[in-house]
Amino acid sequence: MTNINVTRRQFNVTTAALAGGGMMLGFHMPAHGAATNKSPWLLPTEKEGTEINAWVAIDPDGGVTMRVPHTEQGQGALTSVPMMLAEELHVDWKSVRAVFADPNRHVRNSNEYVTMSTSGSNVVRSRHPHIMAAGASARERLKEAAAKAWSVARTEVTAKDGVLTAGNRRGTFAEFATAAAAIRLEAEPKIKTPDQWWLLGTSVQRLDIPHKVNGSAQYSIDTRLPNMVYANVVCCPVPWGKLKSFNFEAIKGRPGVIGAYEMKMGTGRGGADMQSGVAVVADSFYRAKTALDLMPIEWDVGASGAVTDKTLAADVQRFMTMPGEATGANAGGDVFAMIANPGTAKVVKAEYYRPYETHFRMEPINATASVTADRVDVWTPSQDQSAALQLAASQSGVDPKNVYPHTTFIGGAFGGGGGGNTGVTRQATELSKQLGRPVKLIWTREEDVRHDKQRSPHTTQFTAVIGPNGYPTAFFSRSVGTETRVTSGIADMPYQIANRRHERSLQPSHIPTATHRAPGTNSNGFIMEGFVDEMAQAGGINPLDWRLKMTEGDEDWQAVLRVMKEKSGFRTDLPRGEGMGVAIMEDHASICGACATVTVSRRGVLTVEKVQVVINSQHVINPLNCAEQLEGAACWELGTAWTAGLILDKGQFQNTNIDTYQLMRINQMPPVEVHFALTKGGTWGGMGEPAGPPTPAAVANAIFYATGKRIRTTPFKNHDLSWA
Amino acid sequence: MALTLNVNGTSRTVDVEAETPLLWVLRDTIGLTGTKYGCGIARCGACTVHIDGQAVRSCNTKVSAAVGTRVTTIEGLSANSNHPVQVAWTEIGVPQCGYCQSGQIMAAAALLSKRARPTDAEIDEAMVENLCRCGTYLRIRAAIHRAAELGAR
Repeated sequence: MTNINVTRRQFNVTTAALAGGGMMLGFHMPAHGAATNKSPWLLPTEKEGTEINAWVAIDPDGGVTMRVPHTEQGQGALTSVPMMLAEELHVDWKSVRAVFADPNRHVRNSNEYVTMSTSGSNVVRSRHPHIMAAGASARERLKEAAAKAWSVARTEVTAKDGVLTAGNRRGTFAEFATAAAAIRLEAEPKIKTPDQWWLLGTSVQRLDIPHKVNGSAQYSIDTRLPNMVYANVVCCPVPWGKLKSFNFEAIKGRPGVIGAYEMKMGTGRGGADMQSGVAVVADSFYRAKTALDLMPIEWDVGASGAVTDKTLAADVQRFMTMPGEATGANAGGDVFAMIANPGTAKVVKAEYYRPYETHFRMEPINATASVTADRVDVWTPSQDQSAALQLAASQSGVDPKNVYPHTTFIGGAFGGGGGGNTGVTRQATELSKQLGRPVKLIWTREEDVRHDKQRSPHTTQFTAVIGPNGYPTAFFSRSVGTETRVTSGIADMPYQIANRRHERSLQPSHIPTATHRAPGTNSNGFIMEGFVDEMAQAGGINPLDWRLKMTEGDEDWQAVLRVMKEKSGFRTDLPRGEGMGVAIMEDHASICGACATVTVSRRGVLTVEKVQVVINSQHVINPLNCAEQLEGAACWELGTAWTAGLILDKGQFQNTNIDTYQLMRINQMPPVEVHFALTKGGTWGGMGEPAGPPTPAAVANAIFYATGKRIRTTPFKNHDLSWA
Repeated sequence: MALTLNVNGTSRTVDVEAETPLLWVLRDTIGLTGTKYGCGIARCGACTVHIDGQAVRSCNTKVSAAVGTRVTTIEGLSANSNHPVQVAWTEIGVPQCGYCQSGQIMAAAALLSKRARPTDAEIDEAMVENLCRCGTYLRIRAAIHRAAELGAR
């Protein structure tokens, strides 16, 4: 087991050395990334060295260029993918250069990299087979080239640290690269099993760090092109409303202003994917923004202009009185009859709710496009550059083969950059097409929050019948939200209750939604695991023991809970004002538990003293990066649940910047202690998301033990936590 | 109007409205894009630069207010990423997405120039307006302590 502790005062990584210079790694920026300003047209294609396959090129200087088809948004893909390739290829890690793969090549060559989508915690957990296979294939072809040259069998050739040997024959990968590139293997090799790893499983520092400490890392928003102009856009603040009119005359004399352009509603996947609005273009972003702010605009907001949090809540309650669609692992007998006639058994009921939330990526939504008659170049912080390619092709009418997305670093994604950044990519492409020159379009933070694709609100009503031994005998949940994932983590809960039924209803809403870090379970960790504590309390059972008992026989869950019990010292009898809470949830095939320790002052001021995270992802390829992701995801979801929460009124979001949509700050951040409880099975779990879901529930459950107050809605800040 | 600024030790003459926020002059006019736009209301810290060694939010600092001062951006903090804060950030591997980190580093450098050995509470107070969505706060704290050891001054 690997333990990584990060506290306010200490910073220990006990798995592997992580000294400064010793682990500093060679890193080569993609030509376009390092020099976007000077050479904006360059793509990371075949410039490096001798290409063995689409993923790997052996450079003349002994370096190895590894092309990463996935985006780097802080999750570490630019390091994880080369690690997986280097594991198979067996090259000195210090010789590795990471570059972003070319999305145009991927599309042109019929999905050469299998997929460029970067979502669902997939890069390692579900893409390692084809990524490692690419590295293994390159290695075997190098070995075959040497075997042929030396007239020996390939099985006699060893590949290690970038060197091929057989007996007393020896040659570098670079020497055999050209020959290897021409070799076709009769059968592709199998990938390594975890017991054969030499690099995977060790802590490796991220390759992108040096670029992120001196301002040189290029993000989409940093794109600068010759002859480029700047745009700011505002869409109808009520989604699906329409632009009625705008008065360009009022601003046309302002300095640097070039024009105002209507943005017509688009017609993409799943209906329109570009909202109705108007953009102002000028010779600087500030001039465009200032002019747009001053331009008179009239909107037709439509009927949705009457929607508020209250009307949505009334809809929820209406759906709660009606049967929903049965979903998930329903089992046993008639739970309604058991609830209606519990006899002497206790019945527990509760309703939990979480509101709309927004991604609030640090890098506001933006795109730069350069459209000419026969070629489009596009930059956008998308989690799927091949999707961005198709959007730019669709909007410009240019053949997809002639559309070139340029992959930059992404200033946070968290699910919000999926689908190619639909609206903004279309808008920038449309503006560049109309203007005949490159356009950089930036959404203001307020526009970003209003028109981001949001996380759906979730409400669930639970009813449980508690049997004589303190454990539930019947369980019913009815969930209402705007998306089917309103039952994620509830309808598929791990707890063995003999009689259970889950229902869901989908309420209509005009608010566009999309994935949000740990989709579904992000809100439902709090919802489900809060009610679990209520069931345990009603039965008079320690809530950690309750979870152990109710998952008996499922080793994947038991492993996490046992480590949590061992490491946390969880107890429910702390003095008033202090509390511990636990929660556990499965997300992206990882099972993750959290134990929180809080203090609450008599006046109700909450301090989260510590969060312990225990994860079973089956395997871990880079414990250091995993610890960072677990800390980060715990911070992410705790911040959302503690102080955020979008407020909807008049059909539009009201708290559209960080002063009112409040998120986790350094002074709220608890120490996070990470433990791995790996059962090493065949299905790998994700790492970027799973620590989010259980953390707010662990804190809310801890608040209950500190104050006696049960928190059933977020944000926590709306609750009076004072106690006497 | 033409204004002359001293940015990272270099004299720059820019022709912009006097009320233009320094942020956009740095990014769009001068081309120093290491300083980031995050919220535009001086509450996220991504735009933090130094004016005469003090950390300021460039998104709500008028460019005219920077005339006659020394402006330092992340690009000018050191020649080779060798400011103790950058060294500590690299050693500990603070950044994830990295977008907020220019601002975090500039805020941390300004703190350490005033307090050679800040406490956790002093770090929290100085860094509370620097938002990080990836949740690197623990490593930021650790790296500031490490930079203090390395002798930031």
